[in-house]
Amino acid sequence: MPDRLRAALLIAPALAVFLAFFLVPLGQLAVAGGAGGYTTILTEPRYWRSLASTLLVAAGTTAITLAIATAVGLFLARTRFPGRGTLLALLTLPLAFPGVVVGYLVIMLAGRQGLVANISLALGGDRIVFAYSLSGLLLGYVYFSIPRTLLTVMAAAEKLDPRLEEAARSLGASSFGVLRDVLLPGLAPALTAAGAICFATATGAFGTAFALASRIDVLPMVIYTEFTLQANLAVAAALSFLLGLATWAVLALARGASGGAAA
Amino acid sequence: MRRGIGFWTGLGFTLLISAFLILPVLASVIAGVTANQFVGLSSGLTTRWLVEVWANYGGTVLLSLRIALATLAVTLLIGIPAAYVLARHAGVTARLVEEALVMPVAVPGIATALGLILAYGAVGDLRASWLFILAGHVVFCLPFMLRSVLAVLLALDLKGLEEAARACGASWPQRFLGVVLPNVSGGVLAGSLMVVTLSLGEFNMTLLLHTPFTRTLPVGLADAYTALRTEMASAYTLIFFVLIVPLLSAMQWAASRAERLGR
Repeated sequence: MPDRLRAALLIAPALAVFLAFFLVPLGQLAVAGGAGGYTTILTEPRYWRSLASTLLVAAGTTAITLAIATAVGLFLARTRFPGRGTLLALLTLPLAFPGVVVGYLVIMLAGRQGLVANISLALGGDRIVFAYSLSGLLLGYVYFSIPRTLLTVMAAAEKLDPRLEEAARSLGASSFGVLRDVLLPGLAPALTAAGAICFATATGAFGTAFALASRIDVLPMVIYTEFTLQANLAVAAALSFLLGLATWAVLALARGASGGAAA
Repeated sequence: MRRGIGFWTGLGFTLLISAFLILPVLASVIAGVTANQFVGLSSGLTTRWLVEVWANYGGTVLLSLRIALATLAVTLLIGIPAAYVLARHAGVTARLVEEALVMPVAVPGIATALGLILAYGAVGDLRASWLFILAGHVVFCLPFMLRSVLAVLLALDLKGLEEAARACGASWPQRFLGVVLPNVSGGVLAGSLMVVTLSLGEFNMTLLLHTPFTRTLPVGLADAYTALRTEMASAYTLIFFVLIVPLLSAMQWAASRAERLGR
């Protein structure tokens, strides 16, 4: 059998699945919105408000996750101490927890009977509850994003050349100077890649918002409501298609900027 | 070795973040085996909630396992040959095909699911069958299998290996089964663990794709979070953890093993 024919036959099943169960459905999604669907979402202010809160949560998630993951990742990559492995295992345990379970964990942490509420009561304060709000959702997305971002940062930190840092120090750079001028620029491609994944995930996921059962109208929740409760297929389809296009573009751009490190 | 203030600050922060990730998990696990969560642990430990959850939702666990294994079988069958072809071909076409095949990861599950419903929701009995969910899971999980196997293939001297085998008179099936497959076993293992983990936890797509007859574990969990008392919801989550945590640990082990072998 000629090599080309064999190659075509071997890749055909994967391509067929992609065409039938991804490309065709996405095509249907694009047209199902119709002129009406797209006009509605562009002209009604509540879709713009929902877009704004979605982007706000996604940007907040990305900033907080990157800050935490950089601090913890640099610390774990550059120090050795007893228990380090255990700590790393704990930090990456939630790697593939589904968003819906993460939502429940946020309730365990910050819900009405949550850890924070009980601790604040025990300390004589008010019952602190913030699980069912935008900050609860933000907390959930940060929880969800830390393990993966941390792994990316650590992998990049271990590849940094320690001599650069030594050179900077011997030239009199402060710790902050080293961080700003040596470490962060070295980590920049990894941070761009990881940040884009954080952003895209926080924009498109809705398991967490669903579990928090809140009236947070982030875009995926709006799509779900339009589709199931309002049976407003055109709007749901138009919103989904634009959302898909946006997350795909964010990831593609970040991959270009980071030289292929992003997923 | 003397540790400076920087070390203790770093350690303190890292411990704080670990606590943020792990305490809610512990709280949930404990609530799942506590007789009365409102009273606390002093009310005693019980397996009552686990038994009740299994009686009501055991079916969702079995369905999720069935879908995860079927997803694994399909992604293995179509993913490994596709990765092989992509590794053997360096041209623009191959890169475009690769780009296309990993696209479903970048698009929110809710968008893909809505597209699947629009495209095939009215085709025969497909909508009511678990195969409908399977189609979605295969599209979403295939990129992970593909990438995992492709990464290992690209690190090998695939062409050299195959040439050597051919020179010894091996036919293509002999080369593929006897030389290529054994060399990518690490990537296949890592990809398989990832696929099963993701399929078991998939919610973003499955919430739209499921019907009352095809309720998966995460969909059941979401239902429990809104409808059941905390003890039951936690017991249900505990069952999910028992399934997913060994898979996640195995995944970390496989990843570190692949890294060691790759060096």
